Amino acid sequence: MSTKVSMNVNGKPVLADVEPRTLLVQYLREHLGLTGTHVGCDTSQCGCCNVHLNGEAVKSCTLFAIQCEGQDITTIEGLAEEDGTLHPMQQAFWEHHGLQCGFCTPGMVMVACDIARRRPDADEKTIRHELEGNICRCTGYQHIVEAIESGIKAMNAKG
Amino acid sequence: MIGGGRYSDDFNFEGQVHLAFLRSPYAHGRITGIDIDAAKAAPGVLGVFTGQDMEADNVGRFETDIPLTELDGTEIFKTRRPALPTDKVRLAGEPVAVVVAETAHQARDAMELIDLQVEELPAVVTSLQAVAEGAAAVHDEKPDNCALHWENDTPDAYDAAAAKAHKIVKIELINNRVMPVPMEPKCCIAQVDDETGRMTVYAPFQGGRRVQGAVADFLFGGDGDMVRHISDNTGGGFGTRSKVYPEIIAICYAAKKLGRTVKWLGDRSETMVSDYHGRDQVNRAELAFDENAKILGYRLETLTNIGAWVTENGARLAIDGGGRILGGCYDIPVLYYSCRNMMTNTVSTDTYRGAGRPEANYIVERLMEKAARELGIDSKELRRRNFITTFPYTTQMGMKVDCGDFAACMDIALKEADWNNFEARKKESAARGKLRGFGLASFVEGAGGRPEELMRVRFEEDGSVNIYCGTFSHGQGHATVYSQILSDKLGIPFDSINLIQGDTDTAPAGASGTYGSRSSQMGGVAILRASDIIIEKGKKIAGHLLQAEADEVAFEDGNFKAREGSVTMQEVARAAHDPARLPDGLEPGLDETYHYKRPGGRTDQSFPNGCHICEVEVDPETGSVELLAYSAADDCGTVLNPLIVHGQVHGGVAQGIGQALTENLVYDEETGQLLTGSFMDYAMPRAKDLSDIKAEFNPIPSTNNELGVKGAGEAGCCGAPPAFVNAVLNALEPLGVKHLDMPLTPNNIWHAIHGAKNEGGPA
Repeated sequence: MSTKVSMNVNGKPVLADVEPRTLLVQYLREHLGLTGTHVGCDTSQCGCCNVHLNGEAVKSCTLFAIQCEGQDITTIEGLAEEDGTLHPMQQAFWEHHGLQCGFCTPGMVMVACDIARRRPDADEKTIRHELEGNICRCTGYQHIVEAIESGIKAMNAKG
Repeated sequence: MIGGGRYSDDFNFEGQVHLAFLRSPYAHGRITGIDIDAAKAAPGVLGVFTGQDMEADNVGRFETDIPLTELDGTEIFKTRRPALPTDKVRLAGEPVAVVVAETAHQARDAMELIDLQVEELPAVVTSLQAVAEGAAAVHDEKPDNCALHWENDTPDAYDAAAAKAHKIVKIELINNRVMPVPMEPKCCIAQVDDETGRMTVYAPFQGGRRVQGAVADFLFGGDGDMVRHISDNTGGGFGTRSKVYPEIIAICYAAKKLGRTVKWLGDRSETMVSDYHGRDQVNRAELAFDENAKILGYRLETLTNIGAWVTENGARLAIDGGGRILGGCYDIPVLYYSCRNMMTNTVSTDTYRGAGRPEANYIVERLMEKAARELGIDSKELRRRNFITTFPYTTQMGMKVDCGDFAACMDIALKEADWNNFEARKKESAARGKLRGFGLASFVEGAGGRPEELMRVRFEEDGSVNIYCGTFSHGQGHATVYSQILSDKLGIPFDSINLIQGDTDTAPAGASGTYGSRSSQMGGVAILRASDIIIEKGKKIAGHLLQAEADEVAFEDGNFKAREGSVTMQEVARAAHDPARLPDGLEPGLDETYHYKRPGGRTDQSFPNGCHICEVEVDPETGSVELLAYSAADDCGTVLNPLIVHGQVHGGVAQGIGQALTENLVYDEETGQLLTGSFMDYAMPRAKDLSDIKAEFNPIPSTNNELGVKGAGEAGCCGAPPAFVNAVLNALEPLGVKHLDMPLTPNNIWHAIHGAKNEGGPA
């Protein structure tokens, strides 16, 4: 049994037949080939699968694709500008060595953008608390937190 | 960062099929039957295989290959693990059969139709259960479950030293079992070339030679040319991704049998129940001191829980790994060390970040802190009195520590931690009803692993330079650091250098991999040496171009100079590709591979060391602990790239704090079922659990390699656990709490506080 689902992913309309049990993350990875969104656990703990749903960070392993009918989805692949210029948050992760193995990074960057949107004045402590839903096993978070602080400033400056 | 990484699950191939494992739900039992008929007939199923099939096809086994013996010469107990067992199941989660089907869902559905019949046996779960009289035998051939009882010597020398001691301080410690947990779950794709039968294996790994070797040995009669391993990106290693697991062999076997591309993606729980675990020791230790609080001798008895199979390093960790630096930073004149490696019905413990050295440092640092209390001396002073200060220093286990300044590291860390004002901060906490504690740990570890590595440096015709390697960077920044080394040495632009890794077809034959904090000190030096050969050849070419003799040519800052003339490295590289511009008899190209063998071999490693300090606050009402400040002073030798080395220190500290604060791998002690099999139950530290880590360097160049580097990746998890626990014990001292075992969860601390109260409160 399959169901039609249509949504906008990274600004482009996509239409597909999916099994109703298809998770959004499976749809993104397996149907659309957007493999930048990762699956690190099965219990919505790690945050590697974070994407934006209408501009807000969500864990794409906790949504069915069909729940996103008609919605706007942005993945890590859709963050940089078309000419390849990095998003300020991506640039900040790059400059601050905010990643090591890179597996949690797409989820971290997507959440970081959401923090910047909601908490443009976030300090170190706030950022650490806001990262409650994301696990990194490599960096000890320090460079991630520094990157987010810097990324928020850059996003604020950009307006 | 832009979603462009390619991890193993990001690879998909036309016509690929999917595999699922049936795993044993029992921790221990005899297999009496495996009925696969219903699974074979299920929709989409292409094949179902068991251990019997693999046995019939003479598939190789994982055989213990550890050259350690007991004092009387008895060899270690050797296991021969098949990828899928035929006689017994020995741990819950052990793969027993595989199903291959057109889709992943079909494979899983069919897997559930397999009828595994097992006659259950009592499970042996902990090392203490395994040594107990009458315990069930994990392997029938070894009824006492002890794979190896290793001793460095008889206890006589220690006993004699102890007899003269002014004071003997004893401690019993549990080093909790933890999981490495790379964020990328296990995954493997095996692809067979229709024409040649050659197999390509895609799987996350810290260097593919081992996969290539194992698959070749087990399935291709040892012919390495028949196997290629590729991993573009690996989502975390921590030692656990340096291992070849039974799953990989079973997947490759199925692909070979079916002639199809077979893909398997393990889910998180499957990964947790099958990736090797770390630590898991019970230690009984004592230090004998003279009247000046100088150590006379060290006695340590360790029980390790190595799980159901004697794997590559499980039984070596406490001996070859932790043994490298058993007495930590201290001068130990006499040592008695006994280590019993116990087999149990659990996942094997094997290499995890630090691999024995965090355990060893933890014991001696807890013991020194306790000794300071019992001797009535400040613990910093006790450490200073016993630090090794004369180098090179040969340890009781035969390692040659070449250099270090342990007191200097402690001074730097104390300053960073603002020790002088601690009492004021403690009063401030007390005013809020909180208990503040200060704890430090001095540590040393031995880094470098296998004492040889190969690197190939090649100038391409387009002017770029490729470094071909067998080491593997999964976050350690090798592309940056290797390029820095090569750029500095040859005076060529950093951006012209590429790192080619993650493919056994391009890695130099014999190149090894990344583990044991070895890539800079082994791979980096091999790059330097390959560059030396390139410079020598370059001098001949430059001489030809400058109409000078090769021995007149000098190389400096990227330029070859002779007789007033000068040509750049790049010009020489271009000429090297043009036979018309080469001197007679010289092969075209600049392409050199260097096989670096570390002089001194195993004993002359590098010895990263440092002093880490934690400041914590305990809420006596709830038992919760907050890490307020972390100060690290690390001697990682010469620091090639501070940002990257800081990242390594931070990561190690986070894993160390994880073990000390929240992480604990728990098996049900009766049934052997893993109780912490998901991220819901296994608590790794989050950003808010850690504080800002202040990290400074005290670089004392290693004398054992010309880069002077010492390895940075494993230092943090050596320093953090003892520093953290010592800080909490310091905080709880007023309440009479004298002992804690990790992890220091609120529950454990609350019980310790109330246990101390019940014992009559502060002594």
